[in-house]
Amino acid sequence: MTGISEPGASRDGYGDALLDLSSDERVVVLEADLGKSTKSCHFRAQYPDRTFCLGIAEQNMALVGAGLAEAGKIPFASTFAIFSERAFEQFRNGIARTGLVVHLCGSHGGMHTGQDGSSAQSTEDLAIFRTLPGMTVMHPCDRNSARSLTRNLLDHEYPSYTRTARNKTREIYSKEEADNLEIGVASELRAGEDATIIACGVMVERSLDAAEELSNHGIEARVVDMHTLKPIDKNAILKAAKTGAIVTAEDHSVIGGLGSAVAEILSEECPTRMKMVGVRDKFGESGSPEEIMNMMGLTSENIAQRVMELVRKPGRT
Amino acid sequence: MVYKAQSGHPGGSLSCIDILVGLYRSAMRFDPEKPSWGDRDRFVMSKGHASPAVYSILRDVGVLEDTDLDGFRSLGSVCQGHVDRKWTEGVDFSAGSLGMGLSFGLGSALAARLDISERHTWVLLGDGEIQEGQIWEAAMAASHLEVTNITAIIDRNRIQNDNFVEEQMRVGDIASKFRSFGWNVIEINGHDMREIVGALSEAKGSIGPTAIVAATVKGKGVSFMEDNPAFHGAAPNEEQYAKAMEELS
Repeated sequence: MTGISEPGASRDGYGDALLDLSSDERVVVLEADLGKSTKSCHFRAQYPDRTFCLGIAEQNMALVGAGLAEAGKIPFASTFAIFSERAFEQFRNGIARTGLVVHLCGSHGGMHTGQDGSSAQSTEDLAIFRTLPGMTVMHPCDRNSARSLTRNLLDHEYPSYTRTARNKTREIYSKEEADNLEIGVASELRAGEDATIIACGVMVERSLDAAEELSNHGIEARVVDMHTLKPIDKNAILKAAKTGAIVTAEDHSVIGGLGSAVAEILSEECPTRMKMVGVRDKFGESGSPEEIMNMMGLTSENIAQRVMELVRKPGRT
Repeated sequence: MVYKAQSGHPGGSLSCIDILVGLYRSAMRFDPEKPSWGDRDRFVMSKGHASPAVYSILRDVGVLEDTDLDGFRSLGSVCQGHVDRKWTEGVDFSAGSLGMGLSFGLGSALAARLDISERHTWVLLGDGEIQEGQIWEAAMAASHLEVTNITAIIDRNRIQNDNFVEEQMRVGDIASKFRSFGWNVIEINGHDMREIVGALSEAKGSIGPTAIVAATVKGKGVSFMEDNPAFHGAAPNEEQYAKAMEELS
């Protein structure tokens, strides 16, 4: 499925999806002074009457969304991933708890954000939103999948948090392939029976690179795009367990994120040797995305290394 | 309710009940036969601990029954500790965490504008509650977005959980604050029904968001609760209950 690289960031996919959904009059867009960054600006330009710019005030934005949702609208709110955390309690008490459906997109998530430095590098967002009962949590890996998964939220019964990335990643799904994606159903991007790499977001392309490298060492690793962290695709995880070795890869803290979500399933249902590639309980700093990703151990080499530590095939290095 | 449950918030319920009577008996577009009618006015009880006042008025207009009120704060009851739209028909907003209701009301008002509906949104705030910054995020946004179909009523009972508002965190001149945020302001005695009904009517017809600052007495109508911070969140004992019922009847 690895297509030829077509530049685009997953945040662009969010912007594309809002335009795709615009023909539905129930769709309204909320911004907190970051519409140019999260890419809701394109919807705003065409549908100013259905776009509410609420200033630098994320808590208010969350509950304005709830009020709109109660009256039958389908609000799509966005800000940076890090500032979505500022409205966490509002999402907990004002949205998730109340049965109202508001969709929140946090762009610029993770270490991949780079130069803006540690204040912007959200590595907790997926963990905290995952704790809310009924909340759907997603982290797509490219523009096309972000577009498709966001589009699928139109008649979704639950509120959601979707993290997108600031920086471009290569195209993993063609538009046609992306159209077949479903919320909550993981996608196998590469076949393999020696180990499984379960990844999300910007770590998916790195996982595919790691699998190619491993193949040179005689290890065939399956790669699974776990674009939906909640509800998580349990079947895909249990199937991965049959390969006997699982490595998770996320641009997020290993505390509470994808690795934790996979471990929660495995430890209860099918204990399997696993390792996590992710941020190890620390903050980042300013630097280019590649520098920061290297510093945090979020490279394809790191992923391949973890797989090899688990597989340790006799006679191979 | 509060006596039976031996928990709850009597003081702030008694301070706003006259306002709720004015809303449900005069101002609001609300049909007790169809409490979930989509084009009804919305009422947002942002100070969600005043749930006994909401359940009482919903009982009064016939949406709830006595048995519902008897279950207040007990397992499985439609009358949850803090008002909750998921549990109680006729309740529009799930409260319990202060500072969120004005934002929700703004969303309701914007939805009505998109729907080209005349429905109005009424939000009841506590005077301690407006210490939350989110209130002012919403107040700023309501005037910036030129929302005309929202009214905030501030229950100025001067007492919050720990102490008098003045001691705990001065909120100052509430009317001036809302005016400076671009709101119309009406100041009334929150226990004078003529003033309440008049202000609600004026607010509904006004251009722009309106704040009604209602001077009230915490624990109104029960001598030992009036103006007494101890009854913000405490139930009366048997003797106090008997005295309160006698004074209220």
